[in-house]
Amino acid sequence: MLNFLGKRILQLIPTLFFVSVLIFLLQHLLPGDPALVMAGEERDPAVIAQIRQQYRLDQPIPVQYFYWVKGIASGDFGESLRIKVPVRELIAQKLPVTMQLASMAIVIAFLIGIPAGIVSAVKKGTMWDYGANLFALWGISTPNFWLGIMLIFLFSIELGWLPASGYVPLSENWRASLASTIMPAFVLGNAIAAILMRHTRSAMLQVLESDYVRTARAKGLSERTVILKHAMRNALTPIITLGALELGTLLSGAVLTEQIFSVPGFGKLIVDAVFNRDYAVVQGVVLVTATIYITLNLIADIAYILVNPRLRG
Amino acid sequence: MTDAALAAAPAVSARDELETPTQRAVRRLFARKGAVAGLFVIVAFIALAVFAPLIGPYDPVATSWALVRKPPSTLHWFGTDDLGRDILSRVIFGARASMVAGAISVGIALSIGVPFGLLAGYRGGFVDALISRITDAMLACPFLILAIALAAFLGPSLSNAMIAIGISTTPIFIRLTRGQTISVKVEDYVEAARAIGNPPWRIALFHILPNILPALLVQATLSIAAAIIAEAALSFLGLGQQPPAPSWGSMLNSAQRFLTNAPWMALWPGFAIFLVVLSFNLIGDGLRDALDPRQR
Repeated sequence: MLNFLGKRILQLIPTLFFVSVLIFLLQHLLPGDPALVMAGEERDPAVIAQIRQQYRLDQPIPVQYFYWVKGIASGDFGESLRIKVPVRELIAQKLPVTMQLASMAIVIAFLIGIPAGIVSAVKKGTMWDYGANLFALWGISTPNFWLGIMLIFLFSIELGWLPASGYVPLSENWRASLASTIMPAFVLGNAIAAILMRHTRSAMLQVLESDYVRTARAKGLSERTVILKHAMRNALTPIITLGALELGTLLSGAVLTEQIFSVPGFGKLIVDAVFNRDYAVVQGVVLVTATIYITLNLIADIAYILVNPRLRG
Repeated sequence: MTDAALAAAPAVSARDELETPTQRAVRRLFARKGAVAGLFVIVAFIALAVFAPLIGPYDPVATSWALVRKPPSTLHWFGTDDLGRDILSRVIFGARASMVAGAISVGIALSIGVPFGLLAGYRGGFVDALISRITDAMLACPFLILAIALAAFLGPSLSNAMIAIGISTTPIFIRLTRGQTISVKVEDYVEAARAIGNPPWRIALFHILPNILPALLVQATLSIAAAIIAEAALSFLGLGQQPPAPSWGSMLNSAQRFLTNAPWMALWPGFAIFLVVLSFNLIGDGLRDALDPRQR
C-alpha cells in the first residue's frame, strides 16, 4: 500500500512538470506579444523595452520558465496585466465561489444519479429502466449552456422564482446564496448525474448476478435487504471514486455555466482573462485547475484502494 | 463467469459463422432502434448542411429592420432574430459549422493521436514514458479550458476553434491507441508477423491498427458529439464561427440577451445541438455494443 502510494506520488512529479511546461509554452508558441498588449495603444518603444525587461521577456525562454516556476513555488503567480492585482489573490477570491457550485453540483448528481442507476438495474427491462436510460442520454447530450438559458427562461422570467444571474456569498445570506446558485449547480450536476447513473446501473447489474447476492437471496433475506445491504454496498464503492474524478470535469463545465448565470467564479475569471489576453491569469488559473485535477485523481486512486479490501495487501 | 451464465450463453449460430466481423457489426448496429434513429438524424443533418442553400427558405445573413424579433409564424416557422434574420434558415446553415467542426476536429485528433499512440504502445521504454507523461499533462487540463485557451491564443475563427478542439481531444486518442496497442501486440498473429521479418512500422499499420479500429471508431463517434458541443461552446463565447455567419453556439449567445422578449431565439439552435449530439451518442453506444465480441 505504502509502496503503491509512494510510486503514485512520484509519478505526479513528471506530470506536473509537463503540465507547467505546457502551460508556460502556451503563451510562447502562439502569436501575440504580451509586451505589446501591456504597452497599450501608444506602443512607445521605450515602454515596450522597459516592460520586456521588467517581465524578463527579453531573456531566453528556458530562463523565463525557470523564473516563472521559481515564483510559483513561492506562491507568486505573477500579476494580472489588466487590473494589476496579484493572480494569487484573484484565484483565492474566485475559487471558493466555484467550489461552492461544484460541491452543490456533486451532491445533486449523487442524489439523482445513484438512485436512478439502482432503480434501473433492479427493475431492468421495465419502464423504470427505460426512463432512467432516457434521462441519462438526455443529460449527456444536453449542452449545459442551453439548459442554463432554458432554466433562466422558465424559473426566472416566466415563474419569477429564482434570480436570473448574480451571486450571493454563503456567509452573507445562505438563503439568497442557495437561490443564486441552485440553477447553475443543477446545470452542472445534471450531466454528471447521467454519467453516475450509467456507471451505477452497470455496477449494480454485475453485482446482482454475483454468487453472494444469490446466497443472500437463498438465505431467504428480503429483496430490500439484499439490494440495500448486500448489493449496493459493493456496487457503490467504485462510484464514489468516480465522483471525485468528475469534480475535475465540473471545472470545465463551470466555464460556460458561470458565464450564463454571471457567477463571479473561476470559469468567468478565465474567460475574462482569455479575452483580455491576460496571460498571467490564464496560466495561473489553468495551472491551479490542473493541479486540483491531478490531486483529485490521486485521492480517487487512494480512496479506491481504501474501500476495496482486495487491493489493500 | 458463473456456470449458470456459461450454460445460458447462446451457442454460436450458423449465421455468425458465415458472416465477416464487419457484416456482423453492421447487422447488430441496425438491430438497435436507438442507433438507427441516430443514424437517420445525422444523415438528415448532413443533408441539411450540404443542401442548405436549396432547403433554407431565406438568406441566413439577410437582415431586415421590419422583421426584428418576430415570433414564429407561417412565413418564418422558427421566428426571426434581433436583426430580423430568419431563424429556421440560420439553424439550417448553422448545421454546416457544427458538422464540419465535429468531423474536422476529430480528424485532427485521430491523425495526431493514433500515430503517437501506436508509437508509444509498440515501442515502449523511454518513448512511451515521454509520450504518456505529456498525454497525462494534457489530460490534466480540463478539456474545455484547454480548448478555450488555445482558441483564444490562436485568434477567434471557426478553423482555429476546430484546431483547438482537435488538439484538446488528441490525448484521449493517444491513450486509447496506446492501451489497445499494448494489449494487441502480444497476440500470436503479431508475434507471427514479427517472426517472418516485417518491419515495426508495417506491423503497427497492417497488423495492429486494423485490430484496434473498432475501439477507435466508438471513441471517434463519441468524440464527435463532444466536439460539436465544444464548437458550440466556443462560438457561444465568441471564439468560434464569427458573425454574421450562422452557428448554433453564437445564435444562443445573442438569444440570451433577448430571452424576455424573444425566447424562440434560444429554443431552436439549442434543440439542434441537442438532437445532433444525442444522435452521435446513440450511434456511439450502438457501435460499442455491436462491436463488442463478448455480446453475440
